[in-house]
Amino acid sequence: MDAVVEFLKPHLLPLLWAVVIVAVLPLVAGYIVLLERKVMADIQARLGPMRVGPHGLLQPIADALKLLLKEDIIPANADKWIFWIAPLISVTAAMLALSAMPFGPVFQIADLNVGLLFIVAVSSLGIFGIVLGGWSSNSHYALLGALRSAAQVVSYEVAVGMALVSGLLLAGTLSMRKMVEAQAEQGVWFAFLVPVGFFIYLVAGIAELNRAPFDLPEAESELVAGYMTEYSGFRWALYFLGEYTAMIVVSGIGTTLFLGGWLRPFPNVAAFDFLDYLPAVLFLALTGYCFYRAPKQPVPIQKAVMGLFGVLCLGITAALGWAVTLPAEAVARAGILGAFWFLAKVFLFLYSFMWFRFTFPRYRFDQLMRLGWHFLIPVSLVNVMGVGAALVLHRQAGWPLWQGLVLGTVVTLAVAAWLILVRQRRPVAAPSAGGEV
Amino acid sequence: MVEQFTFYFFAALAVISAVLVVTVRNAVYSAVFLITTLLATAGIFLQLRAEFLFVVQIILYVGGIMVLFVFVVMLVDLDVALRQVQFNRQKWVALLVVLAVAGQLVFALALGSEALGLPAAAPESLEPNTESVGLRLFESYMLPFEIASILLLVAMIGAVLLGKRQKPPRSEA
Repeated sequence: MDAVVEFLKPHLLPLLWAVVIVAVLPLVAGYIVLLERKVMADIQARLGPMRVGPHGLLQPIADALKLLLKEDIIPANADKWIFWIAPLISVTAAMLALSAMPFGPVFQIADLNVGLLFIVAVSSLGIFGIVLGGWSSNSHYALLGALRSAAQVVSYEVAVGMALVSGLLLAGTLSMRKMVEAQAEQGVWFAFLVPVGFFIYLVAGIAELNRAPFDLPEAESELVAGYMTEYSGFRWALYFLGEYTAMIVVSGIGTTLFLGGWLRPFPNVAAFDFLDYLPAVLFLALTGYCFYRAPKQPVPIQKAVMGLFGVLCLGITAALGWAVTLPAEAVARAGILGAFWFLAKVFLFLYSFMWFRFTFPRYRFDQLMRLGWHFLIPVSLVNVMGVGAALVLHRQAGWPLWQGLVLGTVVTLAVAAWLILVRQRRPVAAPSAGGEV
Repeated sequence: MVEQFTFYFFAALAVISAVLVVTVRNAVYSAVFLITTLLATAGIFLQLRAEFLFVVQIILYVGGIMVLFVFVVMLVDLDVALRQVQFNRQKWVALLVVLAVAGQLVFALALGSEALGLPAAAPESLEPNTESVGLRLFESYMLPFEIASILLLVAMIGAVLLGKRQKPPRSEA
């Protein structure tokens, strides 16, 4: 018994963070779904969910309850064990990947020496959930969706990896924490140093997530719902939880490597210190809006809920405001403000994912493969070579780093333009064209 | 105690699922058990403080199963496979090989770990082993590394060439 206690002692704080993530994540995922529906409604000039709670704020909870109570249907000829376990693989893989994600300088379960590789490796296991689920359903739609997903992920993993390498070359480390520290040291977010790498990561990341415009594994117009056609109730909800957690993981990697992680904009410039007050002011404004809207709700219960959300925002304001008043070197200050900036950037990613989903039409499958193999992979290879050459020029020949990087970016863009303008003109002769890359 | 528990857990998982890979009749189940085998091996790597190997094992081997899985679904007719004979009749040869390997293992165990000159696992702190693997590969083992790369490249180009269809004679200029 004593041995167990001794073993657990240094692991108490990580254990606490892990419990927080597992407990809060389903709620957050539910509200991201609500956000997505609201953004969709906004882009399509509608109101979106408005009935359950003020402005539909309780919709995720109602949905979760409904899904929990629904009958759990397993198709008659399905492979029961694999059908049962497949959604769990997706969720577990995505959640495990969060364990190395730095939500601010304090809130991180473990800072691994191989952090980024670990996150990429573990989150890539989530695809097994999709493929096994699609296979075990014993349905043609589901199987086709699963095979499409497998082909798509195998194709785009190369581009994602190469885009990450271009950032890693600048960071010089695989540890998520040290990546952010490297950006603080160099005083610039890597997205500005390797814009092409960032762009490729964004595009290929969306393809890895099977999201629109690359959502062919679940293309409604062709495959009903793709790999999850036969799923219903809570297992279906688990797939959704896995998918939205994977979105957070991809956004988190992009934030850490390309957008400066938990750093606020201009972290080293004293003139921008007022930005530390921005989070508290922002949430104070939200609080004011909630209290302003509360009496105008039509039903008493909705007034109460709106007031409740106002109190919640007030609590967050208090926490953020308290953090600002602390001395600059306090751990709590860095932790709370860092978590705010990290989550703000993650939500920037999530918003752009939604934006793309509702503004781009879906690709055809051959277009998807051409984009991956004929454009993204060659461009990302050239980009990595450009960054490598810039680093060599910087270290051996003493060039300023940015000059080499600008040169590399220009060359990469030239190659990209050549690929678009010249290669696309050529008539596509046979499907064998895939072998040329 | 914790160390031993995790080791025996991963070792048992690896051995049991490795046996299941070959005994289970359904090819998809075999692929699933191969995943657990490889993951358990990765766990043992992690316990030996070789975190880079642990991650690479997951990315390369477990990720590679993805492709194997697609092959199974596309190429193996599961209903036919269920009726086929699962093992061939070479059990005496197999037994001989197993006995030979077992004999070697017993011999090695009898000698003890000192005689084999195996280095001990790093005790507590993790070395930055990504760096050490990279330095070893590019400093001490540069030539073998490059030869392996060229072999892989040749294999890849060969596969593409074999997979490429003969171009049909162009009708339109």
